[in-house]
Amino acid sequence: MGLVIAAIVLWALLWVLNVRLANGPAAHRPAVRLGIPVIFGLTLLIMWELIVHGLDVPQVILPAPSSIAARIATSLPILWQDFIQTFVKGALSGYVIGCAAAFAVAIIADRSDFLRRGLLPVGSFIAALPIVGTAPILVMWYGFDWQSKAAVVVVMVFFPMLVNITAGLQETTQMQRDQMKTWAAGYWSGLWKMRLPAAMPFIFNGLKISSTLALIGAIVAEFFGSPIVGMGFRISTSVGQLALDMVWAEIVVAAISGSLFYGIVALIERQVTFWHPSQRH
Amino acid sequence: MRSIFPVLTVVAAILAFWYVACVPMNIHAALTNAERGGAVVTPEGAAARRDMGAMGLALSNTAQWGDTWAQAKPRLPAPHQVAVELWETTVQKKITSKRSLVFHGWITLSATLLGFAIGSVAGILLAVGIVHSRAMDMSVMPWAIASQTIPILAIAPMIIVVLNSIGMQGLLPKAIISAYLSFFPVVVGMVKGLRSPDQMQIDQMRTWNASRGQTFWRLRLPSSVPFLFASLKIGIAASLVGAIVGELPTGAIRGLGARLLTGSYYGQTIQIWSALFATAILAAALVAIVSMLERGTLLRMGFRR
Repeated sequence: MGLVIAAIVLWALLWVLNVRLANGPAAHRPAVRLGIPVIFGLTLLIMWELIVHGLDVPQVILPAPSSIAARIATSLPILWQDFIQTFVKGALSGYVIGCAAAFAVAIIADRSDFLRRGLLPVGSFIAALPIVGTAPILVMWYGFDWQSKAAVVVVMVFFPMLVNITAGLQETTQMQRDQMKTWAAGYWSGLWKMRLPAAMPFIFNGLKISSTLALIGAIVAEFFGSPIVGMGFRISTSVGQLALDMVWAEIVVAAISGSLFYGIVALIERQVTFWHPSQRH
Repeated sequence: MRSIFPVLTVVAAILAFWYVACVPMNIHAALTNAERGGAVVTPEGAAARRDMGAMGLALSNTAQWGDTWAQAKPRLPAPHQVAVELWETTVQKKITSKRSLVFHGWITLSATLLGFAIGSVAGILLAVGIVHSRAMDMSVMPWAIASQTIPILAIAPMIIVVLNSIGMQGLLPKAIISAYLSFFPVVVGMVKGLRSPDQMQIDQMRTWNASRGQTFWRLRLPSSVPFLFASLKIGIAASLVGAIVGELPTGAIRGLGARLLTGSYYGQTIQIWSALFATAILAAALVAIVSMLERGTLLRMGFRR
């Protein structure tokens, strides 16, 4: 019981600290802006650790952060293999193929008004559906290995990308297009020099949405069958063995790789679309 | 209205492509069946055909095309096969039957709706807290945004097993996953909405000597409604995904996710496709209902004329 009380006291203390920091004079310093969420995250972790030990929660229900960290440290090779299989082979290759395919179709649709008006509503309708349900079909077609996971990711990212790129290519105003025409610019130079740059905020919006979808698709597809490696495989088998520390270790790896992936796309976005109002501070 | 004809054309093109794709996808099994039935196919013998390309086989055996659209366990079922299965398992079965998609759909839908309700109420409450407390904003908001990049579904199997071990089964574990998925879109959208009144409007409230509560109820809450509905639409679609994925890891036998899973175990492709379409229809219907509520509410509040 003492540990639980310690956890609550600690939470109260750190919360007061955060309130002080947030309302204090230094609130706008970068260090404080970064420090407050870090303190909050640490508070949660420490409370988790203390309460698990204080209430004697069994390992099979909720392992303590320390035992998850220990598990990560001892099974780095397995986690690395799973990461390569699911993230690099499944999610990343599917992401690249899906985005490239959507880009090609969007360019074709851009040339034909008829096709665009037909494709866009259908595309945004399909983008809202639970496409992750196609996983069993694609696993049946492409086998258990990473190819089927990449296929699921391709299907999942294709429609959000298509909708975003097509909408982005419509972004320029009539006056801008007329201006290009007065300079005697053809379709391709108009696309390349004006409309594609103008579409970049939309394209990156799609790329960011798809980056989170990709990992989800690859992991869920592994629930429908996989070789004996991969994050989804490890999660579902470890749950069966009640090795919840392994499950949490995989979740930590998934969280870090998902956040990094998103962060890298966001960083590239900042470099490419530095001129856009949303990037100014 | 202008886009109805193009949309119909695109849909027709997809259906036509689908029928054509069925031929090479199913030709191997069709030829094996035909040969067993005594028909002459080229080349003879399943072993000779095994490594041949599906396109070549399809072109040299045009007589067997009909069978590729009528198999019991095709690799790719034809559209009408899926439609017939959907019709048979919804309209022609009693809704209490274990084979009725209405029955399975209801199992999933109930978890979806419960989870959506929990998730959106919790999300709105957290957003209200974030808007009113600087400390909460600075400490919780970065984590809420970061959590969007995490494959939340990875946690689903664990939640199911953990809740199962403390005696919770059935609806609630799935609803918790649904709630988790709809929670963050609602938080992010609602925070944006509650902050959407501009400085001039807030200053106006101040000149009227409005209290914090009055500013909240009369200005912030009404102006957040369009943002709320936009995130509710994302949230309810995410809830459905959550409920379906929540049915996968425990080998559940009821619900649309369970239909997908058992279909993939037993190679019942038509069952998978019909479950998939039922899911799609359900998702579209849920989003449409939220959009209708949105349109009605915004109209009454005077956002759109």
